[in-house]
Amino acid sequence: MKELVLLKCGELTLKGLNRGAFEDALMKNARRRLKDVGKFKFYKAQSTIYAEPLEDCDLDEAVARLSKVFGFSALSRAAVAVKDFDAIKELSAEYLKDSLSLAKTFKVAAKRSDKTFTPASPEICAELGHFLLQKFPHLAVDVHSPEVTVIVEIRDYAAYIHREQTPGAGGLPVGMSGSAALLLSGGIDSPVAGYMMAKRGLSLIAVHFASPPYTSERAELKVKALCEKMSPYCGRIKLFTVQFSEIQQRIKELCPEDYFTIIMRRYMMEIASKIAAENHCGALVTGESVAQVASQTLMALACTDAAASLPVLRPVIGMDKEEIITIARKIDTFDTSILPYDDCCMVFTPRRPKTKPRLHEVIKAESALSHDDLIHHAIHGAVSVVIG
Amino acid sequence: MREIYLDNCATTRVDKDAAELAAYVMQTVYGNPSSLHKKGIEAEAILTEARRRIAIALGCAPDNVYFTSGGTESNNLAIFGAASANKRTGNTIITTAWEHSSALNPVRELESRGFVVKAVSPEPSGHIDIDKLAALTDGDTVLVSCMMVNSELGSVADIERLVKLVKLRNSKTLVHCDAVQGFGKLSFSAERLGVDMLSVSGHKTYAPKGVGALYMKKTARVAPLFFGGGQEKLIRPGTEALPLIAAFGLAAEAARNNFSANLAHLTALFKHFVKNVALTENLCMNSPPDSTPYICNASLLGFRSETVLHYLAAKGIYVSSGSACGKGKPSYMLKAAGVSRARIDSALRISFSKHNTIDDVDAFFLALSQAQKEIVV
Repeated sequence: MKELVLLKCGELTLKGLNRGAFEDALMKNARRRLKDVGKFKFYKAQSTIYAEPLEDCDLDEAVARLSKVFGFSALSRAAVAVKDFDAIKELSAEYLKDSLSLAKTFKVAAKRSDKTFTPASPEICAELGHFLLQKFPHLAVDVHSPEVTVIVEIRDYAAYIHREQTPGAGGLPVGMSGSAALLLSGGIDSPVAGYMMAKRGLSLIAVHFASPPYTSERAELKVKALCEKMSPYCGRIKLFTVQFSEIQQRIKELCPEDYFTIIMRRYMMEIASKIAAENHCGALVTGESVAQVASQTLMALACTDAAASLPVLRPVIGMDKEEIITIARKIDTFDTSILPYDDCCMVFTPRRPKTKPRLHEVIKAESALSHDDLIHHAIHGAVSVVIG
Repeated sequence: MREIYLDNCATTRVDKDAAELAAYVMQTVYGNPSSLHKKGIEAEAILTEARRRIAIALGCAPDNVYFTSGGTESNNLAIFGAASANKRTGNTIITTAWEHSSALNPVRELESRGFVVKAVSPEPSGHIDIDKLAALTDGDTVLVSCMMVNSELGSVADIERLVKLVKLRNSKTLVHCDAVQGFGKLSFSAERLGVDMLSVSGHKTYAPKGVGALYMKKTARVAPLFFGGGQEKLIRPGTEALPLIAAFGLAAEAARNNFSANLAHLTALFKHFVKNVALTENLCMNSPPDSTPYICNASLLGFRSETVLHYLAAKGIYVSSGSACGKGKPSYMLKAAGVSRARIDSALRISFSKHNTIDDVDAFFLALSQAQKEIVV
């Protein structure tokens, strides 16, 4: 029995002339994600992308991976039948026998995009339903809430038999909306922010600030682990680690204590902007949420924005912590994020950070720093690793 | 970069001949000691020899040695096993506030199951007042559990005196000693101590991780935690981890044979360390002067221990910190000992092995003085 995966393109069908480019990007992303599952042939027809295995492989794993690829609204693992109604009936009974023998109720749904095929959809439902009732006499038909829905799709190439569709990851193909640099601290919020922007079709690089010896090597390993968790959704991520201790030490020594965090955030934004620009990114992404901490008040955000030379996207800006945590659990970054290793944001934290900083005061407070040298050193010393 | 490992209370490097013996057993004497055929008999001989070696090191008969997976299991077996087998004797457990978590948490669990738990805190001197601990014993006391050497400070408890005092008050009370940090480092005999149960672990004394033992007196009634085959006289069923057990036996024998030489060497290191502490600005000892020479706990005041730990690690010097990290909790052991928060947050535990040298200690202090100059606080 031949099986494949049918992938439905959601929002993409709304695209106009560039729809083909979106579908091509989607197939490229999907193909890459299945690379080590097995050899697959990808093709598209009628708003559907087909992933057909060319060798014996783990289709469950393929479905699991494809369900995390942005751009697909739904997917189904299906049996391929020749376009002959008797053959379809036999194959339906055989392919779905495990679920049908365990279920009490079922229904049949038919979609006939090949209008030359007979019988028509209502007859397919009626006749196939009758056939399955004979094969599985314990079953009853329930058209409203069946335990199993047998779906038959009559398409150009062949007929496909499957159960209910499973939801896809939604969104747009990663890479189609450009690239952005995610500031990845190691906390709960930033991986979620990265996931959300990747869902809108952005490919990501990540920038992490490490502050040894004030932060540990484990904090860096944790950030790598987070990238690994994100990559089934976000695709390949190039992670830049910036050595940040020198900057933090100088801020601590030379600037007023209450401005420490805001000045540090401004340096992060500036460094990330430069790394982003060098890597052809059009924006920065942060996991900031209004008023969550002192550096995330409106006035503080205005001061950090002023240091960024690219737009700063903050997808979790209006979310409660609980809402962010729900997504973090869904994408499985939560347990890694809460590992108790200090990140650089916890180094030298002032007792009373400025919550209403004004830009001209901040600029004055940071004026003692040899700005250009510090930025140059930090960018020069950054190391990168590709994950995923 | 030269590696200077000063975290030997966390774990030690396995002795070369012990590691080789483990590999030999894995590859050659791979039979199951319970098998009836020749391979089984060969394997059983290895097991018997290892048990004999551990027994000599513990100062007891081989029959009193039960192999486990390590210190945590030995402590769990002793505490849960004794409490559940002797419920009729009483309902009270006595212990100290700074036991290792593998002894403290089983006791807490028993408390949640209805046992009454009484715990004494250490004195400001950094010691457990044994008389005070023993005085808590009454007719209802089923178990007294006390560690021999505190794993963070190195303080030594007089277990022999504890047993005598406890048994005077209630002869039925069982006494358990967690000797994980004392085994191979202090001279003791389980029989002479008089304890009913005593836990040891392999990897703290140059044997592999994953093996330990529980000494049990014949008269001590202990219920097993696991049920299965007949190994370890039904107390600890499961196919014996023979390669690890064999290595443990050899490492324990070596520790015993070289005990005096090792102790003299470690005492010299400890003295050198203490002398340097006095010469180093902002550094103060937390360990009591009479602690085991294997452990030195000191605080570099004003410097967070994790920062210093990472700084030293970057120079190839490995120590451990008094508290976990900013997000973690401060050391409950030091807290119980009444050490101030400032000292806990800056505490470093330096723990030696027979491999360390005076040069290692000097390198540590040199790096520590550089840390004071370079780390911004």
